[in-house]
Amino acid sequence: MLEIALFAVPAGLVILGALIVVFAKNPVHNSMGLVLTLASLAIIYITLNATFVAMVQMLVYAGAVMTLFLFVIMMIGVDKPEQTREEIKGQTLLVSGTLFILVGIISYVVINSGFKWDLYFPAVEYSLEGTPDLIASTLFTEWILPFEIISILLIVATAAAIALAYDTKARKQK
Amino acid sequence: MIEVSTDWYLTLAAVLFSIGFIGMMIRKNALIMFMCIELMLNSVNLTFITASKHFGTIEGQISVFFVLVVAAAEVVVGLAIIVSIFKKQSSASVDLLRTSRG
Repeated sequence: MLEIALFAVPAGLVILGALIVVFAKNPVHNSMGLVLTLASLAIIYITLNATFVAMVQMLVYAGAVMTLFLFVIMMIGVDKPEQTREEIKGQTLLVSGTLFILVGIISYVVINSGFKWDLYFPAVEYSLEGTPDLIASTLFTEWILPFEIISILLIVATAAAIALAYDTKARKQK
Repeated sequence: MIEVSTDWYLTLAAVLFSIGFIGMMIRKNALIMFMCIELMLNSVNLTFITASKHFGTIEGQISVFFVLVVAAAEVVVGLAIIVSIFKKQSSASVDLLRTSRG
């Protein structure tokens, strides 16, 4: 019973937060919904034995990325209403309709195919705890090349952000 | 006795991805669209961790770190682009963007 509650309560909060992200009008509310989703996902990660990933999720996503979002909301302002005029006639309806039909077809095929995937890929009996110890010993041995490449990506992203946000016009006028 | 199986987590990930995708399609504020991309990336992370638990390997959790770093880099560059667009036309709506039109 506790196991089901530990899944159902965070899962409900995840979906509630996601719906707030999509449908709230005020961007601050949207970002708070995203925080709710990310924090509830961290709880689900803990129940899936991924404790270190859960902590990183809280620190990096709910901490750093959300602060960045709130900073940008602060800079570009929230008082402006979103423009809702449709450039192509009925585009929202068209997109939603296509999406529902597509999802319906895929769900119908998947449910009626009778494919039992867990027969082919059975779950293991033991459980693996995602401790920093285990993650680091794998990341710094087998995955060292992707790890180094991703550091290059981070440096490039930092340089790109500075280059984009640097106001050359205002600089020249001084 | 119902047990929480892998299917439940995968279903949650699918629902989360769909909500993110719908938001991506119906919202026009570039900032909100970025948040919807975050939702989709997080649903993929949930799938990775579920698979990691299901198969008893650590590689799924390692992949989550790479997704996390790519998401952070993407947010940094994307928000810088939004800010520089906003400076030019004081709106973050993607429908009003015509600068890269062919």
